[in-house]
Amino acid sequence: MDLEPIWLSLRLAAITTILLLFIGVPISYWLSRKQTVLKLIAEALITMPLVLPPSVLGFYLLLAFSPSNAFGEWLQAHLDLQLVFSFKGLVIASIIYSLPFMVSPLKAAFSHLPKSMAEASYMMGKSKAQTFFKVLLPNIKASIFTAVVLTFAHTLGEFGVVLMIGGNIPGQTKVASIAIYDAVETMDYASANSYALILFAITFIIVVGVFIINRNAVKSPFE
Amino acid sequence: MIEIDIEKKMGNGSGSLALQVKSAFQSNSVTRILGPSGAGKSTLLKIIAGLVLPDKGTIKFENNIWFDGQTKYNKKVQERQVGFVFQDYALFPNMTVEQHLSYGTTDLNYIRELLEMGELDQLKYRYPKQLSGGQQQRLAILRALSTKPKLLLMDEPFSALDAALKNRMMERLKLIFEEQKTTVIMVTHQDNEWASADNQIFNLESREN
Repeated sequence: MDLEPIWLSLRLAAITTILLLFIGVPISYWLSRKQTVLKLIAEALITMPLVLPPSVLGFYLLLAFSPSNAFGEWLQAHLDLQLVFSFKGLVIASIIYSLPFMVSPLKAAFSHLPKSMAEASYMMGKSKAQTFFKVLLPNIKASIFTAVVLTFAHTLGEFGVVLMIGGNIPGQTKVASIAIYDAVETMDYASANSYALILFAITFIIVVGVFIINRNAVKSPFE
Repeated sequence: MIEIDIEKKMGNGSGSLALQVKSAFQSNSVTRILGPSGAGKSTLLKIIAGLVLPDKGTIKFENNIWFDGQTKYNKKVQERQVGFVFQDYALFPNMTVEQHLSYGTTDLNYIRELLEMGELDQLKYRYPKQLSGGQQQRLAILRALSTKPKLLLMDEPFSALDAALKNRMMERLKLIFEEQKTTVIMVTHQDNEWASADNQIFNLESREN
């Protein structure tokens, strides 16, 4: 069995999760502050990948990234970026697709912190940045862990968006979920079963890990 | 001296309450704020601290303007050098007792002094969730003192302490306030709490619109 798709899936999930951590923390903190119409719209857009069929999202990303359209052409001309049928394209699509899995738990965690906790830090002369890094972030550690693991596990299982944007190029875009589909199409059930079992095992271990590590902080990874 | 002349509307669902305060509180002394529930005692403390903005008026501390509704000037919370003991303690779950104090000061002798004063020196490595309600409240007081504030605002600071401990704490706090020349404004529900001849009492009445 070719292990390349498994390795590619793990690499895609790891890169997406790390980038999303840096993007998701400030976005969720911003969303957790005073509600405005702009934030309401932003939150609705971030939540869209949860309810939208992956093929719809994949289709629009394919159009946007395609060099035959303005944005894709601009990316290629100015940044020498070819996002369709490339690993880079998969990473960007995964970031958009997995964004709610990072943002939702973090936003909920920031919102649940009592307002007086930050105020107490300000009263001690600490700036907003000091308060954020020394008081607020350490007190949502469990939720950060949950968000990271959920994002990783979700990216690992991506199919629709990956197929639309990346296709099925071995070593570049053929991740484990695509490899399963490909094997089934060619009636190679043994390979499909191997890939499926490995994905199932990795995801199961991750989810059990979240339950064990966060058992005192949350009841379920989805809370 | 702290001079306050402010107005603030406070919504309460069924109608709105107007908090109107015009008063001057002496420096280096303890002022007790008394009044019925919902009169705005906690809001007044937060207004003085800069955590809540009044609708109009002025706040001056030692002749420095902290808030001026006309010019829209509002001195930053961090620059006011105010200590605050929150009613819900607002402790940091990620910090031990000792870390709460070292977040406010690097003076190790002062930290030791505070821990002894609050009788928490044996518990300095504990986290808030490992402390009783009374211990948490004492930590909230010590944390507010750690920055040696010029003005200390305390919202029901002794509500979780038993009578003996409360008396011991008050005696020690009096010494610290004298030594550091701290101006104290305290919200309390008990008329006899911190009662002494040289204290100011400010009665807060609410006005319904």
